[in-house]
Amino acid sequence: MAVVRVSGPLKRLAGGRSDHQVEGATVAELLRELERAHPAVGGWILDERGLIRRHINVFVNGERGREATAVGPDDRIDILPAISGGAV
Amino acid sequence: MTELLLGTKKGLFVLEGEPGGEFELKARAFAGEPVEYAMRDPRSGRLLASVTSPFYGPKLWYADDPSGEWTQADGVALPEEGEEALERIWVLAAGEDERTLYAGGDPGVLFESADGGATWELNRALWEHRIRESWEPGGGGLCLHSIVPWPGDPDRLALAVSAAGVWLTEDRGASWRQGNAGLVPRYVPEDAEADQSSLCVHRLHRARRQPERLFMQFHGGVYRSDDAGQTWTDIGAGLPSDFGFPLVLDPADPDSAYVIPLSADQDRVTPDGRMRVYETRDAGETWVERGDGLPQRDAYLTVLRLAFDTAGEGSDLQLYFGTTTGEVFGSNDAGEGWFGAASLLPPVYSVSAAG
Repeated sequence: MAVVRVSGPLKRLAGGRSDHQVEGATVAELLRELERAHPAVGGWILDERGLIRRHINVFVNGERGREATAVGPDDRIDILPAISGGAV
Repeated sequence: MTELLLGTKKGLFVLEGEPGGEFELKARAFAGEPVEYAMRDPRSGRLLASVTSPFYGPKLWYADDPSGEWTQADGVALPEEGEEALERIWVLAAGEDERTLYAGGDPGVLFESADGGATWELNRALWEHRIRESWEPGGGGLCLHSIVPWPGDPDRLALAVSAAGVWLTEDRGASWRQGNAGLVPRYVPEDAEADQSSLCVHRLHRARRQPERLFMQFHGGVYRSDDAGQTWTDIGAGLPSDFGFPLVLDPADPDSAYVIPLSADQDRVTPDGRMRVYETRDAGETWVERGDGLPQRDAYLTVLRLAFDTAGEGSDLQLYFGTTTGEVFGSNDAGEGWFGAASLLPPVYSVSAAG
């Protein structure tokens, strides 16, 4: 299974763990599965439309991914706040 | 002792103080995150806060102690797999029964809670209008920013949306109709005035002792309605500018209103570099300048629509407003004199006072 890695408030919402083994064929499927396992994450990464929030970055094995990016069982997915979201 | 809940660009600030002097910072929550609005439910004492994380989206939170643990409320979202996402919760308001709370947000949506703010449901009747009709956003987005209950009657409610005008219900939100007759949007051609989808209401309040009377700050114009929002009369004559955002009323006096004019929609600062509040006590026939104790030289300030509030009423009326440059001013004599309550804060988005 792919590993989804979260940090900060997402880690707290996901049971206090950073790494989560999750099944799914795309980034969106993995994130929905993460929400099912940890309902408190719902609405924090994906919005109501099922889109990754504008200032959240998703990396698949270090490369930028989107909702439809394919993932395999050995992949690592990092969920990180984007520098574009910070406000002065 | 008066409590001020300040929603700011960098968190919630809870201040306490005796009116007349500087307030003390009692708590800060949601450090670094934009807090749009916060309120203390007068029935339960519970605090509620609307926070728009730029990363994780809009959320509502509640707590009994602002320094303690905050709990995220459930249900504050649009229908899943639709074409739109919730952008922001602008405002919260207590209903007229024991438990009901309302939340208004962008894109032009109303949520209702029947359990004191723990769980929320979208008002479907208004949402149906929203997705069926072409509501236009104002500069701050398509914001539902004013929720105005009818004292003693939980079935009646008025809402204001920028820029979709005033919406009225008499059946507790099961159906809605518009209440915009008489509003003149000077920013569209005259022959487009019948269009009710570009009415940029900036703030709406109801006179508690005469509930059929409403006051409104419009995008160019200050208005009064004496028929519960059916029709509107411009009462902006006598102000240095009829552009502005916030408006408050003295709950004891249905003829009262206070506004904070800004120069113009193209220049959203206090006119002439002078910070002044304007008060009417004759329902808008005349306006009196209230600037004693406020900066009167080189003061180019901006006060946002939710950054003006009252505590008490009548001879005990207190007024408080915050600026986008982080000052908070107060008055404990209904506006005759003003004092600095706080300064050096982040930009103030909202002020909620209780005393």
